[in-house]
Amino acid sequence: MDVMPKWAEVVLVPLISLLLAAILSALVILAIGEDPIAAVQLMVQGALGSTYGWGYTLYYATNFMFTGLAVAVAFHAKMFNIGGEGQAMLGGLGVALACLYFPWPHWSLALIAATVGAALFGAAWAAFPAYLQAKRGSHIVITTIMFNFIAAAVLNYMLVNVLRPEGSMDPATERFSPTVHLPTLHEILAPFGIQFSKAAPANFSLLVAIAACILVWALIWRTRLGYEIRAYGFSEPGARYAGISPTRIIMISMLISGGLAGLMAINNVMGEAERLVLNATEGAGFIGIAVALMGRSHPLGVFLAAILFGFLYQGGAELALWTSIPRELIVVIQALVILFTGALDNMVRMPLESLFLRYRKGRS
Amino acid sequence: MDFLTIIQILDSTIRLATPLLLACLAGLFSERAGIFDIGLEGKMLAAAFFSAATAAITGSVWLGLLAGTLASMVLSALHGLASITFRGNQLISGVAINFLAAGMTVLIAQDWFQQGGRTPSLIGQGRFNAVTLPFADALADVPVLGPIYSELISGHSILVYLAFLCVPATWWLLFRTRFGLRLRAVGENPAAVDTAGISVIGMRYAAVAICGLLCGIAGAYLATALQAGFVKDMTAGRGYIALAALIFAKWRPWHAMFSCLLFGFLQAVALRYQNIHIGDFVIPVQAMDALPYILTVVILAGFVGKAIPPRAGGEPYVKER
Repeated sequence: MDVMPKWAEVVLVPLISLLLAAILSALVILAIGEDPIAAVQLMVQGALGSTYGWGYTLYYATNFMFTGLAVAVAFHAKMFNIGGEGQAMLGGLGVALACLYFPWPHWSLALIAATVGAALFGAAWAAFPAYLQAKRGSHIVITTIMFNFIAAAVLNYMLVNVLRPEGSMDPATERFSPTVHLPTLHEILAPFGIQFSKAAPANFSLLVAIAACILVWALIWRTRLGYEIRAYGFSEPGARYAGISPTRIIMISMLISGGLAGLMAINNVMGEAERLVLNATEGAGFIGIAVALMGRSHPLGVFLAAILFGFLYQGGAELALWTSIPRELIVVIQALVILFTGALDNMVRMPLESLFLRYRKGRS
Repeated sequence: MDFLTIIQILDSTIRLATPLLLACLAGLFSERAGIFDIGLEGKMLAAAFFSAATAAITGSVWLGLLAGTLASMVLSALHGLASITFRGNQLISGVAINFLAAGMTVLIAQDWFQQGGRTPSLIGQGRFNAVTLPFADALADVPVLGPIYSELISGHSILVYLAFLCVPATWWLLFRTRFGLRLRAVGENPAAVDTAGISVIGMRYAAVAICGLLCGIAGAYLATALQAGFVKDMTAGRGYIALAALIFAKWRPWHAMFSCLLFGFLQAVALRYQNIHIGDFVIPVQAMDALPYILTVVILAGFVGKAIPPRAGGEPYVKER
């Protein structure tokens, strides 16, 4: 029997971790001579106080849903895919190739092609580390880190030497044609009479991200493959004994993970920039780690954590604009969330467990 | 390519290999004791900032070195707390430390100096200056050996010599002392060490502390010797290259030195030349940037010898089973 009831495991532990991270962040803001309460008000106002703010919050959240799901799927198979950043970069390449070299008559067709391209390229980039883990026993964390750097070099090469339009100094592709423009939330909601900011970048990919959350939930908890992935993650010898092939699970779960990370590109490359630039991912691949940890690798948790981080990102940008607090505050908060929900998990869990034990003893 | 160019490239190889070497040896201590450390990057970055900031404020580079090392060791203690005491995931803790350092350094730099996340440029006693070895000037005119001695070997900062002295010191400590034997045993079979009545937790904390110390020197070298001051994200992935070098060296000190020199050489060449032309064939500069990582993946894959990490690496030790 578990020491803690399920609600405490799923809600209480992450909430306490989040609270600790928030308290420390507030102390950091105090230490640099700003008012934490005013800062929070400014963040809420800037990120959630207008449809413009919401548009940015949801745009960032879309990125983080994809990368968070990517890390979460790998976590279920007891693997730490730290290579979401590189996989998302390559996904961007897939989107750019799909959008640039075919004359798509309509954005919906282009979106299907870009989705396939992004997922294929992302999955391909995860396939090498997965194969090396499965067949040669190379540690997936180290290989995915190395592949992040190799991805950056590949992208740099492609943009500077191959995809850069003639005469342009900027290492970026040319703009995609207007026909592949994804509808923004403004364009989607306008027919329903809902006014949404025109300037905000949130777009149709948000719906794709939500669909991905539902699909991942169905995959992990409602299919045979998902069961095998979880069984492998829970106990490798047990899974092996049940006739589950470790190689197959490692390959499939990493391919899904890489594909999901790659999918992020339909939001940032196709939906927002409408061209591929250097460093298009802006660290979103790493934020996926914090999102997956925070969301306990459950798609619903990932969805909520992604929105929380979207809020932090947009709110942080507003803070940097109006106060002397630099944007890097978000990086600190992100680090604290990873630290408390991931590495120092036991620090929160151990006292809670002994508390619940004492309570239970007192009752019986 | 003439002789002087080669000397210059090798000279910059040594400069660029030094922070890699210090960080690589830092990782060696930690991982040999069974604590994975992907937070080398963050510790170097924190040390770089605090050493440059302290040197800029006090004007003394030695106080800077002290402050940088302390900052790095604080992060090490955090890593130890998470991965040894609370038995958390060592990799996740390392990732958190990297982000913590990346964010905090800019935040504090902006608060203290208001220069867009950098420290003021260091001058005079605020930097580690070049040390001229005895007779370097006198021997400079001797053909071949003169330039090698006066350009290549002499004229580096004291930390460069310290870094290269750390290689035999590490070898001696790990393979010729009781402490080293225990440290390696903790990384291979902690239960056996525990049975012998030695504290696994104590050994692991000691290893993590040494790791913090060496990372601190590496960071201080970056900000106060290689460059004159701290700029945002100045480690630029060196912590990960050091990690790659560590795997490339298969967790051995002397091999670590050679792999760091190799990776330093690649950096030096990429810095000096953009694209390298060999006949009609052009090696793009990006290939040089990616080469350390590609080499590491090849080594990890076991195509050229097999890299086997310490057996208990990454696993928290639970005494009562």
